[in-house]
Amino acid sequence: MIDREQVLHVAKLARLRLSEEEVERMSEELSTILEHVERINELDLEGVEPTSHVIDVENVLRPDEPRPCLPREVALANAPDATDEGFRVPSPGG
Amino acid sequence: MSEDVVALSAAQAAERVRAGELSARELFEVYRDRSASDELGVYLWVAEEAPEVVSDAPLGGVPLAVKDLFCTKDVPSTSGSRILAGYTPPYTATAVENLVRAGAAMVGKTNMDEFAMGSSNENSAYGPVRNPWDTSRVPGGSSGGSAAAVAAGLAPWAIGTDTGGSIRQPAALCGIVGLKPTYGSVSRYGMIAFASSLDQCGPLTRDVTDAALLYRHMVGRDDCDSTSLQHPEEIRLPSSESLEGLRFGVPPALLGEGIEPGVREVFDATVARVEELGGLVEEVDLPSATHGLSAYYVIAPAEASANLARYDGVRYGLRSGNGDLTSMYEETRHDGFGAEVKRRIMIGTYALSSGYYDAYYGRAQRVRTKIAEDFREAFERVDLILTPTSPTVAFELGARTKDPLAMYMSDFLTVPMSLAGLPAISIPGGLSDGLPVGIQLAGPAFSENRIMEAAYALEQSIGFEGVPR
Repeated sequence: MIDREQVLHVAKLARLRLSEEEVERMSEELSTILEHVERINELDLEGVEPTSHVIDVENVLRPDEPRPCLPREVALANAPDATDEGFRVPSPGG
Repeated sequence: MSEDVVALSAAQAAERVRAGELSARELFEVYRDRSASDELGVYLWVAEEAPEVVSDAPLGGVPLAVKDLFCTKDVPSTSGSRILAGYTPPYTATAVENLVRAGAAMVGKTNMDEFAMGSSNENSAYGPVRNPWDTSRVPGGSSGGSAAAVAAGLAPWAIGTDTGGSIRQPAALCGIVGLKPTYGSVSRYGMIAFASSLDQCGPLTRDVTDAALLYRHMVGRDDCDSTSLQHPEEIRLPSSESLEGLRFGVPPALLGEGIEPGVREVFDATVARVEELGGLVEEVDLPSATHGLSAYYVIAPAEASANLARYDGVRYGLRSGNGDLTSMYEETRHDGFGAEVKRRIMIGTYALSSGYYDAYYGRAQRVRTKIAEDFREAFERVDLILTPTSPTVAFELGARTKDPLAMYMSDFLTVPMSLAGLPAISIPGGLSDGLPVGIQLAGPAFSENRIMEAAYALEQSIGFEGVPR
């Protein structure tokens, strides 16, 4: 069971504000979903290695050489706020 | 002439253009005009002008609908999310780039579930898509716009992406062909990421030949995606009329409760047809596959919660907040993400958080190993695995929006292959109460040629006709 406190804690980790209504709904829905996914506990996984990549790929290496990249003004073009040189954000101090 | 042209498959249209019998520009204009008057909610953007295309290019300038999850240079690319409203990428996804180089002409960007999270297309920030077979029903998802576009003749063919079934399930619900290729065979560069260890793009088409032709020009290793691989085989256009000697496995474990009787009927008829065509059918055991859905709904949200951390109001898209940094992050994400995306970010963050990582993510990744082993063993005995694609036909709009788990069950039959990185196709098997039923054929990694040969033979025998016009 995921209670209100846990929902708020996880939302904080995810940097996601939830409305009061969302917090209530989330507590219920996450509990139902997690109950379902916990069925994986029925399987015997003793000695089974986790899969992180499904198709065998050897280390993929390339020479560390500089290559052309996006011009700065193009990279900044979609920013909600920018100066000529970079992304502008509010001060962390508030 | 317009209706005649729309009746052509994409491969036929490409041939006509290449033979000088059809103008690529006229063909484009026919589809552009149809797309501009779309009443199904399929398109989020429609091209105005036909792009310049070399007429002897392999794809002949045939128009292509592109899921809005692909970045396309200077063309809005939102992934169905409000958080990316107005975003115009500075580059184009490799898969789209490859197709354009082969002569495809992008006619529009298609609607989808937000960030590809959904099975009904109802999670789009830009409204639902309607199923052309019955406009009170969903087209499936998340590539619902691409599937409905092809089924309704608003595009000759389309591309989409599949993380747990997002090409195959909408293809099934719209009565068209959808191929989820081997993981890594098509570059993911420029695909707006959902769950990176599972995401793979592929074709949605009217028939198997079109799927093979489109896929042939999508594949290839790409320096910009280090998980991409060179396909070991040249992709062929299929021609088999028989299934002589091919061994098909049917997994009873996946065919239990939850499969609608009408779907089961079409599936059983398809199994009988496989045997008539010379195929050998036997039961195969996939004991862990029934746990695929549970493992998937840990792994995909976990990866999504990490991938979606980039939407923070800094570099692109929406920015909200009251002037301090933390509120910018939290309010941007509150305002920009829809309910299902928030739900998955929450599940994923929870599953990856301190104290729960091993119990959820670690365990799910080990279930994934078991499922891959099940398939490996099965493919020592059979060449292909046969299942329905979706447990149900297209459902009514709104029928599952209040119950996330019921929605997730749509992926029950497609998720196991995704977890194992295997290729699988959905082809129309027939109708149940006037709605299409999809049949799924899955094979070992890089067996797309084998899958499409068998799917083609079945398709010729079934003779499925599209949406009544």
